Amino acid sequence: MKISEKIIEKGLWLSAFITVVTTVGIIWVLFSESFTFFREVSLVDFFTDTQWTPLFTKKHFGILPLLTGTLLTTVIAIAVALPVGLTIAVYLNEYAPKNLTRVVKPLLEVLAAIPTVVYGFFALIVVTPFLQGIFPGMAGFNALSPGIVMGIMIIPFVSSLSEDALRAVPNSLREASYGIGSTRFQTAFKVLVPAAASGIIASVILAISRAIGETMIVAIAAGQQPRLTLNPMVPIETITAYIVQVSLGDVPHGSLEYKTIFAAGLMLFMLTFVLNNISFWINRRFRQQYE
Amino acid sequence: MKDNKNSYKLQVKNINVYYGHNKVLKNVSMHIEANTVTAFIGPSGCGKSTYLRLFNRMNDYIGNFRKEGDVFIDGRNIYDKKIEVEELRKTVGMVFQKPNPFPKTIYENIAYGLRIQGINKKNLLDEVVEHSLKQAVLWDEVKDELKKSALELSGGQQQRLCIARALAVEPSVILMDEPASALDPISTSKIEELIFELKKNYTILIVTHNMHQAGRVSDKTGFFYLGELIEFGDTKELFTNPSNERTENYITGRFG
Repeated sequence: MKISEKIIEKGLWLSAFITVVTTVGIIWVLFSESFTFFREVSLVDFFTDTQWTPLFTKKHFGILPLLTGTLLTTVIAIAVALPVGLTIAVYLNEYAPKNLTRVVKPLLEVLAAIPTVVYGFFALIVVTPFLQGIFPGMAGFNALSPGIVMGIMIIPFVSSLSEDALRAVPNSLREASYGIGSTRFQTAFKVLVPAAASGIIASVILAISRAIGETMIVAIAAGQQPRLTLNPMVPIETITAYIVQVSLGDVPHGSLEYKTIFAAGLMLFMLTFVLNNISFWINRRFRQQYE
Repeated sequence: MKDNKNSYKLQVKNINVYYGHNKVLKNVSMHIEANTVTAFIGPSGCGKSTYLRLFNRMNDYIGNFRKEGDVFIDGRNIYDKKIEVEELRKTVGMVFQKPNPFPKTIYENIAYGLRIQGINKKNLLDEVVEHSLKQAVLWDEVKDELKKSALELSGGQQQRLCIARALAVEPSVILMDEPASALDPISTSKIEELIFELKKNYTILIVTHNMHQAGRVSDKTGFFYLGELIEFGDTKELFTNPSNERTENYITGRFG
């Protein structure tokens, strides 16, 4: 009895330990490899050079094109996911019969379970040709199409978590709003959404994190041309897509080109790390108000 | 609306209310005059809250709610198909059991009722906010911190804020569902004084668990028991000389 308890305790401890060690290991590798990279390329160049051409003869190491590529697709994705996701959340919470909510919510979450390679393929062979019908000048690879598809993918992040946040708003606020003559729409958007703002913002930040880290869709449908532009019609490259490109290519191990993926990876890690922390902070800072 | 032939402010005719198969109000009828305070008392589950919520149709949201009979305000049947429930609720304000200010500033809490009607003129809003807070006897306590979150006020202040919020849209009837049950004695007496003041301009219906409170603030009292209106009459009369044995047992504390 005693011995089995000890084994269980050690087993649990080991699982926790492995997780922590893995995380620390990844961060260690990212930082140490990036450190050797930044001994050869100055931080100033890295953040101010407007070209990213580590694989060409004339090498430039400016992260800005990859960063704008990432931000561009992410902004497009959020522009799709926030209005749609929030509308769904409000509908499910305030308008839909309870039975419908019970069916629709899990169905929506299926969207997040579709393999991203399927989304990428969908962006490339369905959405892009469709968009080209509307914008004839649009390139075959572009930021708009994968951005929209990525937006669809992260809708459940926004809708599901926002719905939870709206449901957590005390019923007494609904009654107060109705009692003074508000319509359902006014109650939803002027009282409940502001009251649930902390949860909704946290859901959006989580969705942004997810979009920034998304790889497959942009690698397939956005092209692989690092380009400093905010034009969604032309090929671009995101940080993630670049990492895929180099990892799959024949860049010699240990070379400066090879180390670029760690610098790019570190950049990505910083972005999502900061966003996750903001989300955590918002949740903790503002949630207390309603309890 | 004001020039009705009927002298009664509120009229209830043979109301039956059901939640599913449960009959929670049984054939209740009542007349209420303008500028009076009417208290509804009775043990928990007697139907007095449901009855109160008939007047602003707050029961409509309950899935299996069903009613028979009619409710008239100023001679208008408020369950008529032509009645817009949002319009009705602007004339029948409500104050709830627990203070429920919006998580907005004090100012915005009061202004909300006007904003949803599309009124956004600053000087008009300023005027209404001041007037409503004065009516609710809260102005002197908060006039310098209108931009503060309403959630920072004390419970008693929050409840007076909720009353001010209800007054801002200029209702003629105010429903109060145990408005002091979550408050301390000092706040409670402030609310009671307030009710006495508001009577001059409004018709007030109040549900209360506290029989002393009913005795202090109301002109008329209705005693509900198991969905029936057992006795309804002048408060003094009902408390000193109840005509029904069940009323007497309840007010003397033999059950409830």
